[in-house]
Order: sequence, then structure tokens, then C-alpha cells
Amino acid sequence: MTQEILKSLKAAIWFMFLTFPIMVIKVNTVYKTIEWRWMNMVFIGVGIFVGSFVWRWLLNRKDNPTVKKDHVPVSTRIQSYLAENPMAKRALQGVLLAALLCFPIFMNAYQINIFTVALMYIILGLGLNIVVGLAGLLDLGYVAFYAVGAYTYALLNTNFGMSFWVVLPIGGALAAIFGILLGFPVLRLRGDYLAIVTLGFGEIIRLVLENWNDFSHGPSGIAGIDKPDFFGLELSLNQMTDAIYYMMVAFTIITIFFVGRLQNSRIGRAWLALREDEIACQAMGIGRTRTKLMAFALGATWAGLMGVVFAAKTSFINPASFTFLESAIILSIVVLGGMGSIPGVILGALIMILLPEYMRSFSEYRMIIFGGAMVLMMVFRPQGLVSNFRRKYSFHGVDERLGG
Amino acid sequence: MENILEVKGLTMDFGGLRAVDSVDLYVKPKEIVALIGPNGAGKTTFFNCVTGIYTPTKGDILVSSNSGSAVRINGFKPNRVTERGLGRTFQNIRLFPNMTVLENVMIGKHCRLSAKILGALFRDKKTRAEELKAAQECYTILEKLGLEKACDELASNLPYGDQRKLEIARALATEPKMLLLDEPAAGMNPQETVELTHLIRRIRDTEQIAILLIEHDMKLVMNLSERIYVMDHGQKIADGTPLDIRNNPEVIKAYLGEDIDA
Repeated sequence: MTQEILKSLKAAIWFMFLTFPIMVIKVNTVYKTIEWRWMNMVFIGVGIFVGSFVWRWLLNRKDNPTVKKDHVPVSTRIQSYLAENPMAKRALQGVLLAALLCFPIFMNAYQINIFTVALMYIILGLGLNIVVGLAGLLDLGYVAFYAVGAYTYALLNTNFGMSFWVVLPIGGALAAIFGILLGFPVLRLRGDYLAIVTLGFGEIIRLVLENWNDFSHGPSGIAGIDKPDFFGLELSLNQMTDAIYYMMVAFTIITIFFVGRLQNSRIGRAWLALREDEIACQAMGIGRTRTKLMAFALGATWAGLMGVVFAAKTSFINPASFTFLESAIILSIVVLGGMGSIPGVILGALIMILLPEYMRSFSEYRMIIFGGAMVLMMVFRPQGLVSNFRRKYSFHGVDERLGG
Repeated sequence: MENILEVKGLTMDFGGLRAVDSVDLYVKPKEIVALIGPNGAGKTTFFNCVTGIYTPTKGDILVSSNSGSAVRINGFKPNRVTERGLGRTFQNIRLFPNMTVLENVMIGKHCRLSAKILGALFRDKKTRAEELKAAQECYTILEKLGLEKACDELASNLPYGDQRKLEIARALATEPKMLLLDEPAAGMNPQETVELTHLIRRIRDTEQIAILLIEHDMKLVMNLSERIYVMDHGQKIADGTPLDIRNNPEVIKAYLGEDIDA
């Protein structure tokens, strides 16, 4: 205990010394005087002392857990309860759906817009989750596929007047093709090397869009893209916001449904095996090439679809929307939520998108709070908020359980 | 071809090092064959060549196909080799730790199933039936090996001996004609080794498959195998029945070293 206090004291003194020039001395250039703000030093000393003490205590608690070894995390308990009680699961799904559908009635256009964006990121997160969470291929250039989708719609719409619903599948398919194009050269790569190549791929797409003026209008982007068309109805701005919101709710539900099915299919199992042990996976009869390309292509498809939606929603796109930061945010959603877990990714997307949005009142501090929260997360819960939960099979009444 | 596996003059070079030097080997259907030798003799490299993890420098690896003709599988990808009916386990356990026991076995079934993306997305009748059948077959395999109680556990939570068994279960799920076991008894106590001996023999009898195993435990090898190949420094130095091998001076020399005053 005294040792801990002593360590914290040392940290406090060291920080007081380090921050002395910037926090204590203030040169007033008008009156040519020097102000000595000793109170700041006291604040820093006390702050660092308390902070360092709490930090050490938390680390210590993490290394020597007081709970038993076979302690089941809350998220796993909830998930297994829901898996065993389909009624409760249906009820929860019903409540969530009702809440989502009623949302625009009570909220203003600003809130609806934020939520629409959050839903888009849920889908992007679920798509990247296939590549990173399930197949274990670290992809840092995911936003490239998003850009492919967005530019597909922007160009086809402004040049040929093609409608949103026609371009939507084209954007998805084109992104899938790009996914395979990226997949081929990186088949043999893993881990860090794969991350670097995918990062490069993402930058290549962005730089091409930025510099190929004749094709993509360069950095000035493409404006005047048509909003999606809903059965030919003439919609006001607010109605359009609502319509896009409902469309995104539908897309999200479809995506969750499909990704859930993929996860528990023959292909989903193959991805997991690929993530766990590549050599054993091949020796058990799984073709590496096929499985990896499938993961890249399917993950990219969702990014492409969302790209089309993004272009239609904002009606203006330029390469600045597809920077590395965007890839990093989507990756953070997957990592924060818990790799390979659908509820995790949803939670991650809501936190990553809504939190900075609602913290706008803290204006300049919000990014610091946000960054700090991410660091704490990685130290204390590196597996993500929601632990991965595997489907259990029951062999007492095999027939009814396996169908669902 | 009457042999299930026939290896002729297999050679594997790593740069200047010849790890396997023109080794001949054959395995007949329903036969238990052991491959033994001191550490570093090239046994595992031989396995890796046969199962496609390495592409051999020279030689032929022939596997009998369903129609009875021989297929040369040199340079086949590991998954193609598995499809041809060679299932294997690893010396250092290579399970999928974060998947359940049943899922581990179902990975083995992968190459015998046919569900595609659309089947997975829409889960049509055929896909559902296939999944159900696969899960049941895998459960039956687990029952045979006495692992059915642990079927929903994560593989990493199994005790060591059960993890070894699970590797065998996973290899069996690939519906092999021949099982290649790389040191199945490594790290087991004498009691477990005896159980394993019975298990391997039972698998051969019930599944009617051939077994080729690498092992250091001489008791297991002598009890179990019908023929033994001995390797040393990458070369085959002897083959024959357990009795022949026990009395073969070459083998004794390789294992115990040369007598100084001989």
C-alpha cells in the first residue's frame, strides 16, 4: 500500500516537473511580465496522484481478479439466456423494432439523421466483421469498397440518370469484384503484412479518385446526386429524411439476418477455422483461396451497398469522405464491440457514432474523452464489450433446435 | 492399385538440407503401419509432404482413387489431399480453440458438404437437411470417441488427452480412407496410452480404414502396428513386422548408437 502511494507520488512529482514550463510560467507579452501560476502545479500534482493511484488499483484488480475462474461474463449470460428462451428473444426483438419504428415520430430531423448514420455504420461494421471478426483478416482499407459503391452511384446517376434502386445491386457487385481484386494478391499474407497491403489499397483508391479529374472530378467531388426514389412519391425534405431512415432500418434488419445466417453456416464455420489456425484449416479440407476470397467479396458487398446509400443520402461526395480515418472508425466499431459478435458490432457502432455526436456540447474535449475511453477499453477489456457466443446444439430434440 | 497409399522415392530438400531422402513406403487397406525413428529423422516432414503442406522435391505419392486407379498427388493443396481421403492429426495439437467441440468436428466435414453462399443466406430445405445430417454424423463420431458430453464446450477448455482425441475425431469427420496420426500418444500417461491403443485399433476395425502413425512410444508401436518403417537421417533404414524391427541391428544402432568396441 505504502509502495503504491510512493509510486503515485513519484508520478505526480515527475508530471509537476514536466508540465512546469507550460502550466506554471506564463509570459505576458503586452506588459512584459511573467505570471507564476503556482495553483496549476498543485492541481496537476493532486490530479496525477489520484489518477495514477486509481489506474494502478484498476490494473491490479485486473491482474488478480477476485471473481472465480469460471465466472461467466454478463454479455454471455444474456446471450445464452436468449438462445434458450426463444420467446424472450422474440419479445426483445419486437420491443427493439417498435422503438426503431416509432423513433421518427418523437424526434426531430437532426436526431433522425444521426440515427440513420449510426445504422449505416452498423451495416459497415457488420460487413467488416465478416473479414476481420470471422475470417481474421485484418483489413485497414475497408473504406475503399465504400468509396467504390458511392462513386458507382454518383457517376451512373449524374452521367446516365440511373436510379438508386438499379444502382444499388450494381454498387454491391462492383465492390465485391474489387474485394476479389484485393483478395488475390494478399492470399498468402497474414497479420501485419496484410494490414499494410490493405491500407495501401485503400489509399490507392482514394488517390485515384482525387487525381483522375476526367473520371471523378477530383477533389471537388460530384454534386447534385439524386436522392433515392420511393415509389415515385414527391417527398419534402423532412419526409425524405424519414424515408431514408426507414429504408436503413430495413437494410439493417436484413443485414443482421443474413450475417447471422452466414455465421452459423458451413462457410461461416470455415471462416472461423481460417481465423483460428490456417494450416489445420487447410489440412481439414478447406480451400484457403476460396474461403478468403469469399470473405473479402462478401464483406466488400455490404460496404458497396452502403456507399450507394451514402451517396444518395448526402447527394454530394468527394474523396475526403473516404480517408483512412473512416476505415479506422469502422475497424474500431468491430474491435470495440467484440470481434465476431453481431450484438457487439451493433453496440460498438452506436457508441462510436452516437457518443461523439452527443458529446458535441463538450466541443473541444470530446475527442480527448473519446480517445481516453478507447485506450481504457483496450487495457481493461481487449476482447470487446460483448464476448463471442457460439451456437450450441441440442441432441435431445435435434429436429426442432437445429432448424432455427 | 491395391495399395491405398504408395510413396516412391520421396525426397524433400530444404535449401541444402535433405530432410527426406528417397523414401519408399506403401500402406494396404485396413492396415496399421507405424513410422518410427529418432528425433529429427524426417518423419513429420514425410507426413507434411504426403498431406500437401510441403511440395516434395522429387518422387511420387500415389493414392488410390474410388475407381481403383492411382492418382499422383504431388503438389496438391492440403485440402485436395484431404478430399482424396487422407485425414491427419498434428504433433503439436492444432485444434480451433475458440470453436466448440462439435464445430471442430464439423470443420472436418466441410469438404463433404456442398452448401454455397445462397444456401447459407436463404437456408433452403436442402441446406438445412445437409447441416442437420452433418451435425448428427459429427455427434456420432464424438460418441465413438467418448467426447459427446463435451460437445458444446470450447475446444480450448478440454483436458489434454481429450484434445488429442478431438483431433482424431476431426480427422475422422473428413471421411478418410487412411488416417495419418502424428505422435498421437505424445504427452499421455501409460494408462491413457493403453486406452489410445485400443481406440486406434477400434477405429480401424469399425471404420475399415488404414492407419499410418508416427510414434515414439515403443510399447504402443509394437502392440499396434502390423508393419513398421524406420527412418534415420531422412533415409529409410528398415521395414518389416514388429518382430523383424526389434531384432534389426541397423535399427538398434540408430536408436542406441554404435558399439565402440565392435
